[in-house]
Amino acid sequence: MEILGYKKDYQLFNGVDLNKKTKFITPQKNNQSKAKVKQNLNDLFSEIELKDGMTLSFHHHLRNGDYVLNFVMQEIARRKVKDITIFASSLFPIHAPLVPLIENGVVTSIYAAFISGPVASAISEGKLQKCVIMHTHGGRARLVESGDVTIDIAFIASPTCDKLGNITGTIGKSACGSLGYAVTDALYAKTTVALTDNLVTNLDSYEIDKKYIDYIISVDSIGDSKGIVSGTTQITKNPLGLKIARLTTEIIKHSGYFKNGFSFQTGAGGISLAVSYYLKQLMLEEDIKGSFASGGITGYLVDMLENDLFEKLYDVQCFDLEAVRSIHENRNHLAISASKYANINDDCIVNDLDFVILGATEIDLDFNVNVTTTSTGEIMGGSGGHSDTAAGANVTIVVSQLFNARIPVIKDKVICKTTPGETIDILVTERGIAINPLRKDLYERLKETNLPIKSIAELKAISDNLIGVPEEIKFADKIIGVVEYRDGSVIDFLYKKSK
Amino acid sequence: MSNLRRSILFIPGNNPGMLQNADVFDADSVIFDLEDSVSLDEKDSARLLVKEVLDTINFNCEIIVRINPFDTPFYEDDVNLIKNSNANLILLPKASCESVLDLTKRLEATKINIMVLIETAMGVEQVFAILSSSERCKGLMIGGEDLCVDLNCPRTKAGNEIFYARSRLVNCAKALNKFVIDTPFTDTNDEKGLIVDTKFAKSLGFIGKASINPRQIYFINEVFSPTALEIKHAKRIIAAKESALKQGLGVFALDGKMVDLPIIKRAESLLETSRKLGLIKE
Amino acid sequence: MKLLRPSKAGTYESNDIYLMLFPGSSGNKLELESVVYETYGKQIKNVIFTTLEAIGVNNVLVKAIDKGALDFTIKARLKTALKRGGIDV
Repeated sequence: MEILGYKKDYQLFNGVDLNKKTKFITPQKNNQSKAKVKQNLNDLFSEIELKDGMTLSFHHHLRNGDYVLNFVMQEIARRKVKDITIFASSLFPIHAPLVPLIENGVVTSIYAAFISGPVASAISEGKLQKCVIMHTHGGRARLVESGDVTIDIAFIASPTCDKLGNITGTIGKSACGSLGYAVTDALYAKTTVALTDNLVTNLDSYEIDKKYIDYIISVDSIGDSKGIVSGTTQITKNPLGLKIARLTTEIIKHSGYFKNGFSFQTGAGGISLAVSYYLKQLMLEEDIKGSFASGGITGYLVDMLENDLFEKLYDVQCFDLEAVRSIHENRNHLAISASKYANINDDCIVNDLDFVILGATEIDLDFNVNVTTTSTGEIMGGSGGHSDTAAGANVTIVVSQLFNARIPVIKDKVICKTTPGETIDILVTERGIAINPLRKDLYERLKETNLPIKSIAELKAISDNLIGVPEEIKFADKIIGVVEYRDGSVIDFLYKKSK
Repeated sequence: MSNLRRSILFIPGNNPGMLQNADVFDADSVIFDLEDSVSLDEKDSARLLVKEVLDTINFNCEIIVRINPFDTPFYEDDVNLIKNSNANLILLPKASCESVLDLTKRLEATKINIMVLIETAMGVEQVFAILSSSERCKGLMIGGEDLCVDLNCPRTKAGNEIFYARSRLVNCAKALNKFVIDTPFTDTNDEKGLIVDTKFAKSLGFIGKASINPRQIYFINEVFSPTALEIKHAKRIIAAKESALKQGLGVFALDGKMVDLPIIKRAESLLETSRKLGLIKE
Repeated sequence: MKLLRPSKAGTYESNDIYLMLFPGSSGNKLELESVVYETYGKQIKNVIFTTLEAIGVNNVLVKAIDKGALDFTIKARLKTALKRGGIDV
């Protein structure tokens, strides 16, 4: 089946192979120019040629506070360039101004690991002329270095940049911490442009080296600090979430992997934060110290680093102000690139993980997880690091309420398969936990505890009995996008809903 | 259902989200509340909602319904609807001999038992009579907040003001072989205070504690569950008893202390509780 | 049975449903908004109409704003509103 705007020789997903390597191009850039600073975009575009059909890349470290993508795309649209592919690590509600550009054909294709807000709705409505490619964080690095995607121009929002092109995210009024998702873009793009609101003379420590940067543009503001990082995020007060977090911590304790030197990753959702909170208590009680925590970093993990509960934090994205402060101050809080984090071709951190705690919009009886669409089939999210960490970690735990406001999590079949069930080990809900039958070892250890172990079918029966079975969502035949697994194979297709 | 009442969780009777999840918080019993947590103009909807949820969902814990007091216009409607449900107990607030007798009569043809809430100075003084006034009356809970209003004294975390009432209620309940539950600890952000207060209640003889927040249940259950050390000790007592029996000894000592029948009984009941809670796997 | 006056019951909280009832003229009618319309819309309609029929109500307009209420809540809220409208349930 041919998909407009996607490679013709794509492979369908055919099982998880951790050792699968794909092609690799070594980066060659070495720009030592001392005259990289341009006055403005106008100045820049008089030097580099814009053409229809180009691929432009952006990173999402400024999250829902990012001004750079909208700023650049407005200028692109003004110059009547068409058929652009946006290669963004993620898109947020703040990127709503892309919608009219999608509607008038300036943007015809989008790559991203996560999309939420009006752009996601526009894509779900079938407005992209070509298609959307939803990849993973690790998969994005692989796409670029394998040559599957060639970035014509990378626009790098840079909280601080020196006049030679060295970039750091840890200081400046728009500080966001790690720039992990931008590194690959800088290394491989044909042309790399740094946009900064804090141009300094000289930086001694930086995350991205000047040799990869071709141009620098100073702007008033690259983002809204309120949307970039949050203040201290609170753990959930929802008693159901707390119960799930408690059960999860109990599983960690008895899993056989909870010992000195263990490693851990969790997200910034309410339940995930609560797991960090309980895990800290457990580590103190049992006198266990971990080697590292990784991924998106929050103040809770910083607190554990500062209390010597973890030796290191490997940070691909700072979620709050505490994380930004720590990455600037603490030598053991290290920024890592998306490739080092999760790329199947790299010696990546996720392969060293013992535990990862993940969410799910839907999970089916084979443990396949959907985090790409809503339970009614609209794009809302994406893998991010979900399938990367699930594949790498020794124990992958999905946490979710069994149902909330009559929306169940367990389905006979997920609307979109984001992460394959063979990489999901345990589902934890407030009404019981289900262990993937592939993990007999975990079952053997956990059955000795008082944990409420049930089969996933039993949990589904409880849910169906309480809330009823939902009607099936109907889709039209039109494919609007593909979901790429981390190895580049197509694990699922995205469809437009039928009227 | 384990017959234990270590923790009893209040659930507001007009909150469907809480009601449908009532049995997931690991409380041994839950109280669907039609009284204080329901505003006057929603009494009718809470009553119907509680009845409907009881008719629909098979909860895996004991269900208690707190109705409105005898002297309110809601009492009769509450009883008439709830007596035809599968609630296990009705919790009668501001209980007196008169109200217990009335409720007993109304529950005649049902399987529903009564638990009384003692929360007035008069109730504390009359508790023996109240508990003995009905076979259906199986236990009591002390209500510290309302009692302090009646006593006209501040309710403190230390709880000295309700010490007399707590002691008297425990004594009367034990004398009549009824269960006795402690009042909630209302600062839901103070875990340490909760644990101290719960341990104190246990030390007085309460068999469990009520709670107004699901987050407290874990801690209350912990306090009222046998510890590993207690289980070990109880097992040694039983082993010593068995070997004494074999040797034909009537009385025997363990660690230099005489072991008599009450100690053996206590050890047996602790082990039984532990088995119910899955703390001993056999 | 006839609804004597307009009535309402329920809340806009998650897991609840807000119902407004009006005396009607030609059979029972329902205007439904729901956060789970696509997946449970038919089920919700079915519960409302069956409950009305069982009570013997046949001329009422129901306006419902659903926030993911389960069937027991829908039934209880409907009975409350009917009662408030003067119908014995």
